[in-house]
Amino acid sequence: MRIFDPHIHMTSRTTDDYEAMYAAGVRAVVEPAFWLGQPRTSPESFYDYFDGLLGWEPYRAAQFGIQHFCTIALNPKEANDPRCLPVLDELDRYLAKDRVVAVGEIGYDSMTPQEDEALARQLQLAIAHELPALVHTPHRDKAAGTRRTLDVVRESGIAPELVVLDHLNELTVGMVLDSGCWAGFSIYPKTKMSEDRMVEILEEHGTERVLVNSAADWGRSDPLKTRKTADAMLAAGFGDDDVDKVLWRNPVAFYGQSGRLELDEPKPDEEATFQGNSIRRGGA
Amino acid sequence: MALPTASPAAPPDPHPALIAVLDDTARTWLDESAAQVAADPVAVRRLFPAVRRKCGHGHLDAHWSVDEAARAALLTALPLRGQALADEVARLHRHGDPAEQRAVLRALPLLDLGDLALPLVREALRGNDTTLIEAALGPYAAAHLPDAEYRQAVLKCVFCEIPLDRVTGLNTRADRELARMLADFAHERIVAGRAVPQDILPFVQAFPDVVGGRAELQHALTDVLKEEG
Ligand SMILES: [Zn+2]
Repeated sequence: MRIFDPHIHMTSRTTDDYEAMYAAGVRAVVEPAFWLGQPRTSPESFYDYFDGLLGWEPYRAAQFGIQHFCTIALNPKEANDPRCLPVLDELDRYLAKDRVVAVGEIGYDSMTPQEDEALARQLQLAIAHELPALVHTPHRDKAAGTRRTLDVVRESGIAPELVVLDHLNELTVGMVLDSGCWAGFSIYPKTKMSEDRMVEILEEHGTERVLVNSAADWGRSDPLKTRKTADAMLAAGFGDDDVDKVLWRNPVAFYGQSGRLELDEPKPDEEATFQGNSIRRGGA
Repeated sequence: MALPTASPAAPPDPHPALIAVLDDTARTWLDESAAQVAADPVAVRRLFPAVRRKCGHGHLDAHWSVDEAARAALLTALPLRGQALADEVARLHRHGDPAEQRAVLRALPLLDLGDLALPLVREALRGNDTTLIEAALGPYAAAHLPDAEYRQAVLKCVFCEIPLDRVTGLNTRADRELARMLADFAHERIVAGRAVPQDILPFVQAFPDVVGGRAELQHALTDVLKEEG
């Protein structure tokens, strides 16, 4: 089984996670730029973070046989802090990089005017750089926030097939698929969305334009939720081809629209242990 | 066994080989981009990151990949000298992803920079990305890095398992102090029951007195020499 996790924050994960993910079949990931738990107070902190997403993290992932790509943006939460706003003026130079496969995570957190402005501006950047957009939907007031997000996406003029709205649930999936955007689901250990509910959503809405991710980060989360969802799909009667579509071909198709997803196709006979898996630390 | 080392000379300008492998679209893009850079150096900031997507990234020759060679072509087109050239190159390095940084590091011997680009080499050597460390230890570092830093860089390669035949300049720069450091390293490994990378032993052997009375170390060296016949 080959798995592409389209949304996972590997910067916050350990080498054990990389090993377990490889063993579970994960061969490629996209790490969206997001907040770090601790608020940042200057633009320079973002630039070092972006450099890490383009430099050290793909290097680290490669040691474990996993291909790492990223998305770059000013996240909605920190878009509310005027100290962080200069980041918006520097995004052009990051969005020009080879391993950047989308603008993201953008979207709403508390639906403030500052978030409106950052979302609209970054959708224009996606258009200018011919990149897809990864749009986070708010955890609070989700249905209203999702509707408002879809309005802003429509007004921006970006093609809906270039946009994924993420962290969806039973109440928001319908409107997103109807809009022509992609529907993203983050499978968490508790609350929000589980693998069994995900299977029911797939049974009702089909596998077209659906992305499943673990969204694992520094909080309580599980980087193997992609594999667990695949197993739940098989247990519920989905076939291997359905699993491959949802967990590999769909994310490849979505991020492939960037023209920058330079992916080595995993070999079918690859063993579940990766040989080069000792992280190089350099000289003491 | 001859001391293994990459050629200490600057790699030849990759431009002729590059032109031969690019297709028409890529060649036209690169020619026009180099002309833009020559006319207006600020254009390099926009063009440099796009090179890999426009020109490809395959293997060109022993020194260069296609994208690195194409990026070198943009750097050599810069109509700047001295500190102004160093500042622009440093800026591209600071804002570059690892592929761009490798290209900057490999192009240093083609640019008339004196010691001004040493901070870029030092940054790569402080890091842990072995692809950057390797790119940093080319002819420019061999020519400009002070002795103490050069020795530390070689030792770091040994720790990072970068084969020493990828480090430029060892045939002229390996000295007794480096041999002593490598001998101490080998001794530490032997005492710990760990393997000693074979490629360090010829450098130790070149200054036999650094082995001192350390019998295990002498033994390891003798084994290698026997294999060499
Ligand atoms: Zn996230």
